[in-house]
Amino acid sequence: MTGSRGDDGGGRGAAASAASATGAARASRAEICVVACAEAWRGDGAILASPMGLIPSLGARLARLTFAPELLVTDGEAMLVAPDEAGDGERVEGWMPYRDVLRLVATGRRHMMMGAAQLDRYGNQNISCIGDWARPKAQLLGVRGAPGNTVNHPVSYWVPRHSRRVFVPRVDMVSGVGYDRAAQLAGPAAACHELRLVVTDRAVLDFGGPGHVMRLRSVHPGVSVAEVRELTGFELAMPDDVPVTRSPAPVELALIRERLDPAGLAERELA
Amino acid sequence: MIDKVLSPDEVAGELRSGMTIGIGGWGSRRKPMALVRALLRSAVTDLTIVSFGGPDVGLLIAAGRVRRVVCGFVSLDSIALEPHFRQARQAGTVQLTELDEGMMHWGLLAAAHRLPFLPTRAGLGSDVLRVNPQLRTISSPYADAEELVAVPALRLDVALVHMNRADAGGNGQYLGPDPYFDDLFCLAARRSFMSCERIVPAGRLLDSGPPQSLLLNRAMVHGVAETPGGAHFTSCVPDYDRDEEFQRQYAAAAATPEAWQRFRAEYLDGDEASYQRAVRRSRASQPAVTP
Repeated sequence: MTGSRGDDGGGRGAAASAASATGAARASRAEICVVACAEAWRGDGAILASPMGLIPSLGARLARLTFAPELLVTDGEAMLVAPDEAGDGERVEGWMPYRDVLRLVATGRRHMMMGAAQLDRYGNQNISCIGDWARPKAQLLGVRGAPGNTVNHPVSYWVPRHSRRVFVPRVDMVSGVGYDRAAQLAGPAAACHELRLVVTDRAVLDFGGPGHVMRLRSVHPGVSVAEVRELTGFELAMPDDVPVTRSPAPVELALIRERLDPAGLAERELA
Repeated sequence: MIDKVLSPDEVAGELRSGMTIGIGGWGSRRKPMALVRALLRSAVTDLTIVSFGGPDVGLLIAAGRVRRVVCGFVSLDSIALEPHFRQARQAGTVQLTELDEGMMHWGLLAAAHRLPFLPTRAGLGSDVLRVNPQLRTISSPYADAEELVAVPALRLDVALVHMNRADAGGNGQYLGPDPYFDDLFCLAARRSFMSCERIVPAGRLLDSGPPQSLLLNRAMVHGVAETPGGAHFTSCVPDYDRDEEFQRQYAAAAATPEAWQRFRAEYLDGDEASYQRAVRRSRASQPAVTP
């Protein structure tokens, strides 16, 4: 792949030229999202961070390089990789084939950030199919590990395009379990259920609303609350004041630009 | 040591219509594709396929051999959705038992251990229980009385797997980073057939890798086929990576019946040697097509 930096539409290029005018580093939307994803893993200790997608993957690695140094991360295949102190790369520190991932799921020592074709206000997630399961309008991946993940360890979601197609009143096939369904369960399955954050290209959401309904936690710089409401297919719980998603600290911005994503590929995930 | 070497077509000759067949690998990784291609040349049909699904499932569906798929996903990895699986689901021409990945693991483990089921939390609260009314829950007989999903054993008539190295007696070795669940597939099956990149003389497997790379032993394997390039176009590291260009061609060919007809005629209508020749031909012509 080439190193196109997505110099239009408020990407890194626009952010950089605005920054040179003001003398301060300004982050692109993708970089805001990387940091918002990283925040999902804040406070997690020595557990496996499993990000799906490029921006979550950059987020997990940024968290590990800064405020969550104990996180474990894989190379996307079976090797656990750690930052290489001697250089900018990563070195193998361990082995994590699929059978061990599934074992780790059951121990709870994992926090995954999955995608979602559909999400409802309780965080029920669908990645299986759209329409009637018996004969779907669109067959997607299948439930994958979502049912087991959501009753065993923390799960967050990454939605690169915040829209009413994703945020729906009712999902067609519950793959990842939401709070209303988890409330029907007893014992460890209920106790281990935690949906932490939903990060989108417009906002950060959590499940801090009444009865664990989805709540707007912050809007990204330049995004209005009304815009997020308009793009969401159900009523969001709202705090009295909706803060703006925090911008990357200079050290975070430098890590993203110089070390984690020098080619600026994250911009494309939002394109 | 009894010599268990068979040709891919002889392996296919051991299969019968209506069987439940487990296929090793994961997604588009280390799939026994030469054995799947041999199956396509046989008349075997009406199959139930248990798989961490990839193009193995797609090819068999495209040829109309599959009655039911038991899986947690079907994906080509670098191409998220398997086009033939998609089409068949959307046309309602294939039945599906959709399980969580961990439930798949548990079902194979139960079968391998000759247990009727194994309990798990995976599936609780999800629609996996809604779309699989045959699934039952069970209460822990201990003080916790926790309710769990009883994943039924995924018993297989036959398992098909692909290894990097093997010997003629049925000992198999993987040299890549992940064993996937190939040992469990073999143990869950009444009979197991392994293809491999290369058969080495008995006693020489440790020349290629450490003791723990010897995933399969000959008590688990009933036939061995030497099929260089036998996982193509899926990955078989360190012998070769996924053939991404070919996989794109495969996925694109699924778009129309005419394109699929051409793909089939070009690659699948002959034997394994003719497949491998066609792949080499297509590779040689690539630079002219895609600079």
